[in-house]
Amino acid sequence: MTLIRAQGLTKTYVTGEVEVPAVKGVDFTINAKSFVAFVGPSGSGKSTLLNMIGCLDHPTGGRLSVLDTDVSTLNRRSAANFRGQHIGFVFQDFNLIPILTVYENVEYPLIMVQDWPEQTRRKQVMRLLDAVGMSAQAGKRPDQISGGQKQRVAVARALATNAQLVLADEPTANLDHDTAYRVIELMKKMRDELGTTFVFSTHDPKIMGEAEVVYTLEDGKLRAPSLKSEAAHA
Amino acid sequence: MLNLLKIAVRNLARFRRRTLLTSTLITLGIVAVLLFIATAGSFKAMMISQFTDAVLGHLEVHRKGYVASIDTLPLNLNMQPQMVKKIEQVLGSMDEVEAYSERVKLGAMFSNFTETASIRINGIDPQKEIAATPLLPGRIIDGSKEGAVLKPGEILIPTLLARGMKVKVGDTIVLVATNRDGSVNAKTFLVRAIMESITGPSGRDGYIHIDDARTLLRMAQPEISEIAIRLKDPAQLEQAYAKLNQELSGMLNKENKPVLEVHTWASLSPFSNIANMIDVLTVFIKIMLVSIVLISVMNVMVMAVYERIREIGMISAIGTPPRRILSLFLTEGLVLGVGGTALGTVISLAVIYALNIWKIKFNFGQQQGLLLSPAISAADIAIIAGTVVLIALLASLQPAWKASRMDPVKALGHV
Ligand SMILES: Nc1ncnc2c1ncn2[C@@H]1O[C@H](COP(=O)(O)OP(=O)(O)OP(=O)(O)O)[C@@H](O)[C@H]1O
Ligand SMILES: [Mg+2]
Repeated sequence: MTLIRAQGLTKTYVTGEVEVPAVKGVDFTINAKSFVAFVGPSGSGKSTLLNMIGCLDHPTGGRLSVLDTDVSTLNRRSAANFRGQHIGFVFQDFNLIPILTVYENVEYPLIMVQDWPEQTRRKQVMRLLDAVGMSAQAGKRPDQISGGQKQRVAVARALATNAQLVLADEPTANLDHDTAYRVIELMKKMRDELGTTFVFSTHDPKIMGEAEVVYTLEDGKLRAPSLKSEAAHA
Repeated sequence: MLNLLKIAVRNLARFRRRTLLTSTLITLGIVAVLLFIATAGSFKAMMISQFTDAVLGHLEVHRKGYVASIDTLPLNLNMQPQMVKKIEQVLGSMDEVEAYSERVKLGAMFSNFTETASIRINGIDPQKEIAATPLLPGRIIDGSKEGAVLKPGEILIPTLLARGMKVKVGDTIVLVATNRDGSVNAKTFLVRAIMESITGPSGRDGYIHIDDARTLLRMAQPEISEIAIRLKDPAQLEQAYAKLNQELSGMLNKENKPVLEVHTWASLSPFSNIANMIDVLTVFIKIMLVSIVLISVMNVMVMAVYERIREIGMISAIGTPPRRILSLFLTEGLVLGVGGTALGTVISLAVIYALNIWKIKFNFGQQQGLLLSPAISAADIAIIAGTVVLIALLASLQPAWKASRMDPVKALGHV
């Protein structure tokens, strides 16, 4: 089943007189329950692409459908609604809310984005904290846990609303190598357990090796996708 | 259970010093305003009652044009007995009226047999006068306050004359008055008492019995110069004034013009300007409070939004509806406003309570040892607290709106 389909997808930033083509007509599809990485040098358009998939930014050309919805035409409010219903986000710098506990950070989207009743909320948060191995730290504030632990909490938060798709722009850039590796492993484990599609971007070759599908961006254009099995044969 | 209120409180608690500073500012502002209203209100009410309860009454009725030439106390602008009867009927029918006193006023020469000075005389019925202006006996500073304040043949004179002409209680003096027909008449009086004057040291008002006044003026009929009216409740002033005016405007002369005029104490006393000034000052200090709250809350909220741009980017990215982001910050401003207001109100009430226990006394003009009893109505508190909370909300509106409209990508990239 195809979850994301891009055809001739283009994004050109216009700042004053200057036009910066960031994504130059890319085509790709991403299947449900896959574990996909976008890689490429700095400025190649990874963030731009992920922002468009995440309905945070509009394409300037081409077609983009996510979960059978043409997201290129969504207005502000519908885009926010769409994100709240279907997409989870993991950020490079964790973005946990400092005044909330680990538990409350995971609970946050269930209150602010979706209105879950107290009982089911509690179950969901406990289940996810358990799954990411952070139950013991549930009562701690973000400044009392390590970077790797923060990103584990962030993964739990992204999964709280049972999103079908989790987008992570450079989720490991602020982590040391071993920790980064373990966070990616965690994401993969969650994909296996929950069937959630994960799409992330990275610089790190070791990390990208963990992906099942790797799209390489170069100056806004896509090189042919490499499946892990193919890469192994090459 | 996590909710907007809890998040707001925690965010405020995170910058404890800033929150404390701002809420202290609001608290102090509230305390200043409430205390000012309570004490100024008490002061004003007391001053007003000094005038209304000692001299003026709350309302006065005169012949049309009398007040315009009140300096000369004209005798040709008195009210005739049948007019007075009609007025009495109207007053008798008004529930608001507690008492009224008819006066004959005249200008006279006051002589101690060696010197003369001018004096303004009020001819009164002592019983009626005390009912209409109950503080009158309290103004006697030398002489007996016992029994009737005044009997026929006696005079109450102001301190000014007593001092200037060395007249003592028990002395005999002469009043000389020009009658309406131009003739002159004189009568001797026994000085019953000396009284302090309300209108300051220049007060030249003396009191004699109304029958003596009529004899002195050789009145053919029992005419009246003015009627001073005391109301049961001073708060009903405007209402009673309108009613009386309405009733009396029906009395017309041959040219079909009203023959009578009604005045409130305020239009007869210069103190009403001071009272108005207190009101203006109250408005001014309220504006100050509003500005303080507006600026300080806005400042904090602008800072709060600025510091949390990335957090706003995150919550917006994960799909939080803009309305909820708006309420998130509005709640924070609201908590700040409500906290400061609640504390300020409690402190104010405590101070007002303390002031009433300590019994603060002060002097005003010649009035000594007036007791300040500050008080504030629940309505006043509600209005001021409500305004402050509303202003706090209003001050948060712009920053909160800005937060709710933020572009998530730009906000997330903010450093
Ligand atoms: N808001 C913007 N306005 C103008 N140009 C932009 C904007 N955002 C990105 N760009 C440009 O678009 C191109 C792609 O940027 P993008 O951030 O997508 O790259 P990236 O692959 O994520 O890079 P990095 O690895 O450094 O994060 C770059 O040339 C960048 O300068
Ligand atoms: Mg990037």
